[in-house]
Amino acid sequence: MLKIENLHASINGKEILKGINLTVLDGEVHAIMGLNGAGKSTLSNVIVGHPAYEVTEGSIIWDNKDLLSLKPEERAHEGIFLSFQQPTEIPGVSMVNFMRAALNAKRKYQGLEPMPAGDFLKLMRQKRSIVELDSKLASRSVNEGFSGGEKKRNEIFQMAMLEPKLTILDETDSGLDVDALRIVAEGFNKLRRPDSSAIVITHYQRLLDYLKPNVVHVLIDGRIVKTGGPELATEIESRGFDWLKNS
Amino acid sequence: MEAIRQYIDFYNEVRDTISARSCSEMNAQREDAMRTFSAQGFPSPKVERYRYAKVEADFSPNYGIALTPIAGQLPPYCFRIADAEPRVRVLYNKVADTTDSIVALSTLLSIDTLVVHVPRGTKVEHPIQISNLLKGEQNTMVSRRILIVMDELAQADVIITDRAASQSRFLTNQVIEVVMSDGSHLSLYEVEETHLLCTRYSSVFVQQGRNSRLHHTNLTLFNGHTRNRLDVRLQGEGSEVTANGCVIADKMQHVDNNTLIDHQAPACQSDELYKYVLDDNAVGAFAGKVLVREGAQKTVSRETNANLCATRSARMYTQPMLEIYADDVRCSHGSTVGQMNEAALFYMRQRGIDEQEARLLLKAAFITEVIENIPLESLRDRLHVLVDKRLRGELSKCEGCKLCDPSLTPP
Repeated sequence: MLKIENLHASINGKEILKGINLTVLDGEVHAIMGLNGAGKSTLSNVIVGHPAYEVTEGSIIWDNKDLLSLKPEERAHEGIFLSFQQPTEIPGVSMVNFMRAALNAKRKYQGLEPMPAGDFLKLMRQKRSIVELDSKLASRSVNEGFSGGEKKRNEIFQMAMLEPKLTILDETDSGLDVDALRIVAEGFNKLRRPDSSAIVITHYQRLLDYLKPNVVHVLIDGRIVKTGGPELATEIESRGFDWLKNS
Repeated sequence: MEAIRQYIDFYNEVRDTISARSCSEMNAQREDAMRTFSAQGFPSPKVERYRYAKVEADFSPNYGIALTPIAGQLPPYCFRIADAEPRVRVLYNKVADTTDSIVALSTLLSIDTLVVHVPRGTKVEHPIQISNLLKGEQNTMVSRRILIVMDELAQADVIITDRAASQSRFLTNQVIEVVMSDGSHLSLYEVEETHLLCTRYSSVFVQQGRNSRLHHTNLTLFNGHTRNRLDVRLQGEGSEVTANGCVIADKMQHVDNNTLIDHQAPACQSDELYKYVLDDNAVGAFAGKVLVREGAQKTVSRETNANLCATRSARMYTQPMLEIYADDVRCSHGSTVGQMNEAALFYMRQRGIDEQEARLLLKAAFITEVIENIPLESLRDRLHVLVDKRLRGELSKCEGCKLCDPSLTPP
């Protein structure tokens, strides 16, 4: 369970989050909608511990642990995964080396031996097929020269490899054509487990049509101003955000 | 002044021993060398090609000077100079820049030369490996000469490694001369893996004939103070050179690469790539000149120096230079100095890779391009392993060595 209470956060001295309260139970999918600049990406960055953001007040408890006291890599080991809005290109680091380092770091954290090379390559083959990435993936540098769609599919592939308990999709639908959106969303759904949860950040409903969130929140100016069921997303799709601004 | 005196006095004292242990071709060059060396002394930083070196300071410590000829079994195609063919022996000191005082000091004090001679049309299957192992309890200076002669259409890979087996101070002054006849192919690799108390001066001079092809990669994996000079003269039409280098330096290490690619003939190609990863208080320098002479039409040349400074206290001096006196050429040159990619670091940490490991992966990634350019697959694989170990601080010399003790600064 993720429990965020009265979370305030700023970047370069500018306050972006102004008291967020959010509880995500195991197995739930929450959608967060809102206009650009509302603080959606700040919220996801703060959850995963991006060093540029400063938490000035409030708490995040994850599985009874104080998340804010953990380093980004420890949060990852505790099962939190961010699908980046703009996945970073890392020239010279191959996907196979990158994933091996990530997976074995997690195994080490869990007190397990590194995965044997053969098993690891087999696992990569299995998981990349979920998002229809081809065999060249292993030798390509991380995200370098990937198309927009490939980058997002690569994020879901990494999610498949690391099997997180909480996944944050930060505008995973942005820049995707209809087919890529379907591959990404169906891939995500295949990877869901009864105890895994997700926070889906988006402007639009089309991704939510696939992911079927349990709860929808509207974030305006650093605060959650409205929370509802899936019907809230539909309403926003037809009415926009203006009617919520003074609520 | 003190420093040059000690070398001149030493030479005057032991000149008879040197002459007796050496051979006529080498002895014939000593008087001129003495004149050059005593007239010029050690170059000051005002001398353009020594701008980033502290030559006087590097040569000042009192070293015992090794006067040992090459001994033992030599691999195929390798000879002591006295055993090489006469037409090869006379090439000694003909390609090197004899006006340079560091070269003159080498000519003065070297008593033997390792000759690699590959005859016409011969393709040497296995790489020729020359391992230099510095060993001894005394602080020692080594004066090393190598002459590589590739006859027409000859092909070979030569790997020269420098290592140190004892924790004494060592000063190496190396001169390598390479004569490449028409159509010959040579891959020449230099790998330095010494320690913080080692100072290395290396001067490599190459002369290339028509359609000859040289690949040179110089890797400084671990060192104290290093100054590498590479001069390549493309004298024959259609000749090609790839001149690459990579440097990993941290602590107080200092690495200076100084290159000249001299396009003297038409339709030659040069491709130069040097990459540095500097950490802690390391200092790097790269000065590379590409000279396209009048008449060297259809020249294609590319020069790149890219550097990663992992700390604020690491420093890099970079000076790519291009001088063109022909009007139908395609040339580019450039350099970059950058810091760690913070976005990439965070991306990796979010996937569970700890910060130290993430930094290491980024550093290795930065120089992987230089290693991937190496045509010799077995060496490439070995170097990937060595680079990884180096970045993890696992090279053998790091085990049980106290050289990183701050009370011990490099020479």
